Amino acid sequence: MHDKTLTELATGLSAGEFSSRELTQELLGRIDRLDGRLNSFISVTAKPALSAADRADATRADGQAGPLNGLPLALKDIFCTRGVRTSCGSRMLDNFVAPYDATIVEKLSEAGTVSLGKTNMDEFAMGSSNENSFYGPVKNPWDPSAVPGGSSGGSAAAVAAGLVPAAMGTDTGGSIRQPAAFCGITGLKPTYGRVSRYGMIAYASSLDQAGPMARSAADCALLLGAMAGHDGRDSTSVARGVPDYQSELDAPLNGLKIGLPVEYFGDGLDPAVEAAVREAVQVYESLGATVREVSLPHTHYAIPAYYVIAPAEASSNLSRFDGVRFGHRCEAPTDLIDLYKRSRAEGFGDEVKRRILIGTHTLSEGFFDAYYKKAQQVRRLIRQDFLDAFEEVDVLMGPASPTPAFDLGANKDPVSMYLQDIYTIAVNLAGIPGISVPAGFAGNRPVGLQILGTHFAEAQLLGVAHQFQQNTDWHLRRPAFAEESA
Amino acid sequence: MAIEHADVLRAAHLARLGLDEGDATHYLDDLGRILEMVDQLQSLDTEGVTPMAHPLDATQRLRADEVTETDQRDHFQQCAPAVENGLYLVPRVVE
Repeated sequence: MHDKTLTELATGLSAGEFSSRELTQELLGRIDRLDGRLNSFISVTAKPALSAADRADATRADGQAGPLNGLPLALKDIFCTRGVRTSCGSRMLDNFVAPYDATIVEKLSEAGTVSLGKTNMDEFAMGSSNENSFYGPVKNPWDPSAVPGGSSGGSAAAVAAGLVPAAMGTDTGGSIRQPAAFCGITGLKPTYGRVSRYGMIAYASSLDQAGPMARSAADCALLLGAMAGHDGRDSTSVARGVPDYQSELDAPLNGLKIGLPVEYFGDGLDPAVEAAVREAVQVYESLGATVREVSLPHTHYAIPAYYVIAPAEASSNLSRFDGVRFGHRCEAPTDLIDLYKRSRAEGFGDEVKRRILIGTHTLSEGFFDAYYKKAQQVRRLIRQDFLDAFEEVDVLMGPASPTPAFDLGANKDPVSMYLQDIYTIAVNLAGIPGISVPAGFAGNRPVGLQILGTHFAEAQLLGVAHQFQQNTDWHLRRPAFAEESA
Repeated sequence: MAIEHADVLRAAHLARLGLDEGDATHYLDDLGRILEMVDQLQSLDTEGVTPMAHPLDATQRLRADEVTETDQRDHFQQCAPAVENGLYLVPRVVE
């Protein structure tokens, strides 16, 4: 059961081949036996999971089961879950039991899904390797000496290892797409505002977006339909109807216009990654798509702009962790300033402190125009690059990351780590959707093909990805780790 | 624009982040290299470009001024480090 897609599991549940309780028990057993080697979960919520599974089985017995009823999944530990520790990968929130549910947690629960627990992540979603977690790094199931990517590294590793068929992630600069690529699974970052951010601990509010990570594009379509939609509790969620994301899965590719951004195939791209991506593009050509080169001329300004905008927003968002209302508080504070300063110094890790310092510095008097205003101007130029490209082509394709998963400990220098996100970060600045799908291997490590569309083109992206998966088997490959005997 | 040791300490104080001299030296090097990378932005001519705050150019949505939340103070204070009579406790601020 552990290597099936959500779609296959839904069929099994509805045919009565197994119950949600049996499925949940099987996967909880695998997590118990195998996750010690991966560290993909921060909290496993076995008891509430079994209760939810029983409720789902009862709903099915009553003939009320919807398409997601009884399906297990995991939640990145950035989503508030009532009564369950929500740590965001940080010592700051190690003792934080959320008093309410995030909107997507509520929606997925109402749809009858069963959450098995909370997955590991870079602290406050700041990182590209999952090495910045207070709970320790996550191993890549394809190769335990490699990182799973980040920041949704636990979610990606858990899905790849067959511990859970799907997991929720968040993506501020590539945190769904890059770990999906590194772990050989499918991950979708929706359009900014498509999914409510309510109850999702904020990192950079103008960039953050939640999305599904699963074993196929069809599974991501199923999940996005349940997650998306306007939410009165998030004023940036978009008041726009939710289309049927399954409706375009079978749309033919004949006549699809694909653009390859020349900037995404330049210096620094690993030759094996490039070869896999170009081969994937050839599959599309063989299915009737046309391919041409396009240019996104401001690509190389995306990382500099991001490292002004995201830390600026983070420095503001993370000011709420003050040792007063929730989270870590230092011992025996002498006065209020001491309470703030020591609680925050003890609660936050190194990378979070770096970003708070950068953000505070660039927003401070005398620096604001040169950094923040400039970065926001560049952000507009970056978005315009994409809008111009989508005048000429339907979707853009390229690598999700310039390299396959790198070794644990390989990127000690923060700037070299930041540069890993060259192909994903501009997408968040522009607010457009993107998906990463498995497209081969570089050695023993997976390669992700990234497909980008214009704002609200999720249904099209999912269809384009699904058609690839109907004609290739990369998404069906499983790491040796997933075998119980390993 | 280079960053100085004093800038790091100033930012740390503004952010209410406890940092001693040694920590500041440790971060100075990293922050210097990050800002050097960020400084590539300065080479781009952005004259006349309107800063972009929101990817969809949305504006703040308003709602009717009606009470929609119920009082859950006790529930929300369960995760607080120190409370008394519904109030959050901090070291004495006013003598």
